[in-house]
Amino acid sequence: MNFLMPDFYPAAAEIFLLAMACVILLLDLVLTQKQRWIIGLLTQATLVGCAVITIMTASGQVVLTFSNMFVDDLFADFLKLLVYFSVSVMLVYSRGYLALRGLDKGEFYLLVLFATLGMMVMISASHFLTIYLGLELLSLSLYALVALDRDSARATEAAMKYFVLGAMASGLLLYGMSMLYGATGTLEIGGVAQAIYHGVANKTVLVFGLVFVVSGLAFKLGVVPFHMWIPDVYQGAPTAVTLFIGSAPKLAAFAMTLRLLVYGLFELAEQWQLMLMMLAVLSIALGNLAAIAQSNLKRMLAYSTISHMGYMLLGLISGVAAGDRHFALNAYSSAMYYTVSYVMMSLGAFGMILLLSRAGFEAENLDDFKGLNQRSPWFAAMMGMLMFSMAGVPFFVGFFAKFSVLLAVVDTGQVWLAVVAVFFSLIGAFYYLRVVKLMYFDQAIDTAPIKANLDMRLLLSANGLAVALFGIFPQAIMSLCTFTLLRSL
Amino acid sequence: MEILLQTLQTFFGPAWPLVWTLLKIFGIILPLVLCVAYLTLAERKVIGWMQVRIGPNRVGPLGLLQPIADGLKLVFKEIVVPTKASTGLYFVGPAMAFATALAAWAVVPFSEGYVLANIDAGVLYLLAMTSIGIYGVIISGWASNSKYAFYGAMRSAAQMVSYEIAMGFALVCVLMVSASLNLSDIVHGQAKGAFAEMGLGFLSWNWLPLLPMFLVYLISGIAETNRAPFDVVEGESEIVAGHMVEYSGMAYALFFLGEYANMILVSVMTSIFFLGGWLSPVGFLPDSFVWLAGKTCFILFLFLWFRATFPRYRYDQIMRLGWKVFVPLCMFWLLFIGVWMMSPLNIWK
Amino acid sequence: MDFKSAVFYFLATVLVLASLRVITARNPVHAALFLVLAFFSAGGIWMLLQAEFLAIVLVMVYVGAVMVLFLFVVMMLDINLERLRQGFWSYLPLGATIGLLMTLEMALVLAGRYYGLEAMPDPGASGAGVNNTKELGRLLFTDYVYPFELASVILLVAIVAAVALTKRPRKESKAQNAAAQIAVRRNDRLRIVSMPSEKE
Repeated sequence: MNFLMPDFYPAAAEIFLLAMACVILLLDLVLTQKQRWIIGLLTQATLVGCAVITIMTASGQVVLTFSNMFVDDLFADFLKLLVYFSVSVMLVYSRGYLALRGLDKGEFYLLVLFATLGMMVMISASHFLTIYLGLELLSLSLYALVALDRDSARATEAAMKYFVLGAMASGLLLYGMSMLYGATGTLEIGGVAQAIYHGVANKTVLVFGLVFVVSGLAFKLGVVPFHMWIPDVYQGAPTAVTLFIGSAPKLAAFAMTLRLLVYGLFELAEQWQLMLMMLAVLSIALGNLAAIAQSNLKRMLAYSTISHMGYMLLGLISGVAAGDRHFALNAYSSAMYYTVSYVMMSLGAFGMILLLSRAGFEAENLDDFKGLNQRSPWFAAMMGMLMFSMAGVPFFVGFFAKFSVLLAVVDTGQVWLAVVAVFFSLIGAFYYLRVVKLMYFDQAIDTAPIKANLDMRLLLSANGLAVALFGIFPQAIMSLCTFTLLRSL
Repeated sequence: MEILLQTLQTFFGPAWPLVWTLLKIFGIILPLVLCVAYLTLAERKVIGWMQVRIGPNRVGPLGLLQPIADGLKLVFKEIVVPTKASTGLYFVGPAMAFATALAAWAVVPFSEGYVLANIDAGVLYLLAMTSIGIYGVIISGWASNSKYAFYGAMRSAAQMVSYEIAMGFALVCVLMVSASLNLSDIVHGQAKGAFAEMGLGFLSWNWLPLLPMFLVYLISGIAETNRAPFDVVEGESEIVAGHMVEYSGMAYALFFLGEYANMILVSVMTSIFFLGGWLSPVGFLPDSFVWLAGKTCFILFLFLWFRATFPRYRYDQIMRLGWKVFVPLCMFWLLFIGVWMMSPLNIWK
Repeated sequence: MDFKSAVFYFLATVLVLASLRVITARNPVHAALFLVLAFFSAGGIWMLLQAEFLAIVLVMVYVGAVMVLFLFVVMMLDINLERLRQGFWSYLPLGATIGLLMTLEMALVLAGRYYGLEAMPDPGASGAGVNNTKELGRLLFTDYVYPFELASVILLVAIVAAVALTKRPRKESKAQNAAAQIAVRRNDRLRIVSMPSEKE
């Protein structure tokens, strides 16, 4: 019976977040409706505190603790910081929206915090068990958040769909993990990689498990043919929750994919690259085509998410070409860069919907954006920049994201894949630019003045400008992604 | 005796362990059923005296043959099955209620070494069996195709599940201080302590350091067996007889037997967990089964006393007591015991 | 066949039959009760494997608590079987194809020798003094403390979510405040007035 006390230091941020969540849970019990703002403030403070702790505990080394179930490396620290940041931005954007709909209850903030904890656990997981538990923590909070608007039949339906499909995806993932466990005899990601490297694992069982793991991951990322939940959930959920689902969890899902496929199953890269490639091509095609037919902006952005995740996968599939592995770092950091820039754009786009929404009115239809230029030239410009960036028009952040993944694809010699991606990207530009056309060349139907808190206006402006700024200086984030991955792989 | 066993063993050959176990089971069940029968008489007598009545005194001397007469009457009555009742389940219900009440007795240690199955996870087994007991009530309530029976089943399901939590927490405290799930070990653990060495064993039993848990367990036990003042499940004034309203004859008798067997079980368990089982309260008297019997009778007397004294709780009050009073109290005491055991003042080393 | 195998085959048969009845029973209450039987038999099989803690906890948690609440709900629902059956035949081809495909794939892998007795050797009997419960408890609170705590957080989220989604404070609800009732004193309720006695 030898047991060493685990090193709690690397997990200090997680422990702090959990402790604060419990404090807020208890505080919520005693606060009156008028004092509710304390909860929101405390949640923001918690996120800031987590960021400080994460920065202070970052050692730059790969540190394992809790019987090798928890890993702290630069990759994890960087992604966690981005998660705090996007959750924090999301909370600022949604404050007014929630208050008008009576949703700014303590439970909202609590569930968001618990979801954040789930994402942190996923990002720092080095064991199948922790990956699964983190994922469940995140998903369970998200299901509840989607259904939080109890009187909305659409939200309830969306939550139900999300829950059933999500549970099925978790089942697939678990089934795949159990197969991998059967083949390698370990649940530790490092151990799995070792076992496969030494050839002790049975290939048939491994590939069989891999199929299920990839299906589970595809469900969580929302790529075709496992994308069915995305449009309904994005459209049905309260926009603040859609904003949340569309931002930070993508980072966590990316981390999970990287940990499972690259850290654990790198030896099987040839196999999973093939699977992901099919998923990527299908997602890019279907996402872009289906988005054209939408008149609801939330639904359109949902399909655009599907296609964006497809582009992100392009980065992941160009790590290994014909047994040559020196593309790996470049390819994975381009995928990471894509995810980060997508989160940035997605925050801004859903933030715009929140900005235009009023009590009892959701600015979720394309028509609601007609003539935005007449109502507010500044925010029309911001929305325009976001749409340009999503479309991949040069010198916005989205352009460089697409450019880098395509470069990675071309590097590995899959030119046809790059051509397909560019082709559908051109088709996709149509529906993004349609929004710009509506804003600038159509007559406004809705002429109500735009009311929003100052902090939201400032942050949203900063968000829009960042999309342009990082488009001019793409190296800032790109080099960070490369650096953290280099130090963690 | 030895010779008799030897002859039997040679007679049955390889099947002997099975036969021997069956014999032991009969050795437990037959006295138990007899106890149940006379508990019903005792109940009527005790409550009679408390209400300044005489109680049954017609059948046999002092009414001592009354339970036999009652039993015979029930055996000879027809079992009426309501129309549209779910026939199969209608008969499974009472069987489940009675069977689980008996099955739990497998792990009860009557005295040093006198136990049918001395398993490591005895406490868990006991909790599992009591929780299965709910099915007898639910199934019969549903299968009867009657609103009153269904109401009774619903009430009892909610009530029993709620009080099981408090009961389980109370037991967690017990197993923390005895560091075992084995019932015999739990009794042995109570034989140690400063007071036991001074010859005042009854002060070393669990009831004193775990006093709140003792009370919680006792009250939860009453609620768990659906006895007064928590007998809304079969509250005569509201839903006639709850889940057993449609039953007659032997099927009804099984419920009755099951309920009283459970009462005795809860009493024995309280004695074992908190009152030192077969241990003697003072040093100069030997430990024996008599003590366990005496303690059990005392707890049973409390059951009857409560019934004669307290008015029935309202349903929401029952739920409030279970969830809002007992569960928090148990959690606090659990924490308290944990801190106590880790402190230098630990008395359970 | 020794006694143990006989018990195993008996329990396994009951388990399989009960599980089949769960999905074929027409009455949802019967289906739920068959599920109870299936859990119980599974518990018995675990018991044969000397995992007595898991076996009893399975019975206690699933049979004793989860299924009781499940039955509670199923009994009160008015389930319209006709509506449930609607569209059964139109969905059957797709569902059957997928099901068949998965069964086939799984059979291909599982029927291989990868999961035979050679690949998964008998771990050997544990010593007589080994206490299942103690060993599990020790592992959960040392090596597996991190996932264990995470699981508890998930349960906490489930509670928060359930309360957030279902609790509607109702204005007309008249819950009694027990603390206030107990704290009441004579002077709050009763006023003793001194009155001169009256004649006639």
